[in-house]
Amino acid sequence: MEKELKVAALRNGTVIDHIPAVKLFQVVSILQLKNSHYPITIGNNLESKHIGTKGIIKIADRILSDDETGKIALIAPNATINIIKEYKVVEKRPLVPADEVHDLVYCANPVCITNHQPVPTNFYVLKEDGQVKLKCRYCEREFLREEIKLKKK
Amino acid sequence: MHKSLVSITDYSKQEILSILESARDFEANPNRKTLDGKVIATLFFEPSTRTRLSFETAVVRLGGSIIGFSDAATSSSVKGETLNDTIHMVSCYADAIVMRHPLEGAARYAAEVSPVPIVNAGDGANQHPSQTLLDLYSILKTQGTLENLTICMVGDLKYGRTVHSLIQAMSHFNPTFKFIAPDELRLPEEYRVFCRQKGIPFTESRELNDNFNDADILYMTRVQKERFLDQIEYERVKNVYTLCNDMLAASKSNLKILHPLPRVNEISMDVDKNEKAYYFQQAQNGLYVRQAIVSKVLGLIE
Repeated sequence: MEKELKVAALRNGTVIDHIPAVKLFQVVSILQLKNSHYPITIGNNLESKHIGTKGIIKIADRILSDDETGKIALIAPNATINIIKEYKVVEKRPLVPADEVHDLVYCANPVCITNHQPVPTNFYVLKEDGQVKLKCRYCEREFLREEIKLKKK
Repeated sequence: MHKSLVSITDYSKQEILSILESARDFEANPNRKTLDGKVIATLFFEPSTRTRLSFETAVVRLGGSIIGFSDAATSSSVKGETLNDTIHMVSCYADAIVMRHPLEGAARYAAEVSPVPIVNAGDGANQHPSQTLLDLYSILKTQGTLENLTICMVGDLKYGRTVHSLIQAMSHFNPTFKFIAPDELRLPEEYRVFCRQKGIPFTESRELNDNFNDADILYMTRVQKERFLDQIEYERVKNVYTLCNDMLAASKSNLKILHPLPRVNEISMDVDKNEKAYYFQQAQNGLYVRQAIVSKVLGLIE
């Protein structure tokens, strides 16, 4: 069983699985795990039958907020989020994108005011025809999820 | 509650109609003292003589005073002052701020941080709601109604913000659209989706010819040279999209030709004498519409 990840099973906390490998560190950034004091296990470039290579994050003793899952849904819509209590999955958290995102991503419009002045970005999240788009509250342009870049925190 | 005017979508159908009604009132009597003692700032971070003079005349004819600048080079933004700070500083002196800015979204941001109402006089390629309202006023005045009209839009439908805003504004009034543009300047997908969602019928074509014979309004826009990668293509398009007087022979008798101005060569000068040409009166209508807008954001009219 060489393929198996050698990490302890989680007693209580959150497991985020099936994150595309290229998105792993974006999710780490969204959750601000750099500053977290909870025990964290992060794995990446693991083999996945469904998406090629995947990443996984296990956070002990912490339950993600809906706001946080809403943000992850924007970056990695096909990830899975399981809430664990006493080694058991007690909740499969649906990945519903947040309705608005505040200062999380850059506006992809180079002449938007938010890219030139110290203005925090704000986006409305539009869900239409199975597509998720972000509409900048300021320049009113719409962008596909793939076009947006995460802010470095 | 006084609110800023940033985007035409800030106004409901009812608010649009009430602005147009006030504009009609101001046209009947444009010189009054309703802004007596009021100070209006015109902050033009990018020059636009036409729009600025129209707003300033609107204010002065109502007895208000103007402060401001007409070019960012003469403002403190060249020293690196943020828009936030400029707005806060100016709002100490003025009752309302009319602002033109080259960056998109600048007006929405200004409206969020400003203690006084903001009127967007253009933020980059994004919004220019006073232009849209004066377009609507011109349509209403010449057709007697905004309902059930066929509007033909010609030229730069891709980047032309006046076109996009007019589509949004007219969507309240059951229009039919005809879009005529070269492939390079075709109406963006999001506006075609918008029309479909609203159930607005539209057609698209590449040639001007006499495709507008069933139209009530012919809305011409400028085809800008810098939009074309291929200059030979520009030369071809430029000539195909020039409206000449003899092309109007079979058009409807109530047709009016609008253009946000400045025009370059998309309307031949021989059209000017045709009674269907309305672009200069359209500019004059802007004065009354802007009187209504400034009065509205100051809470002086409903």
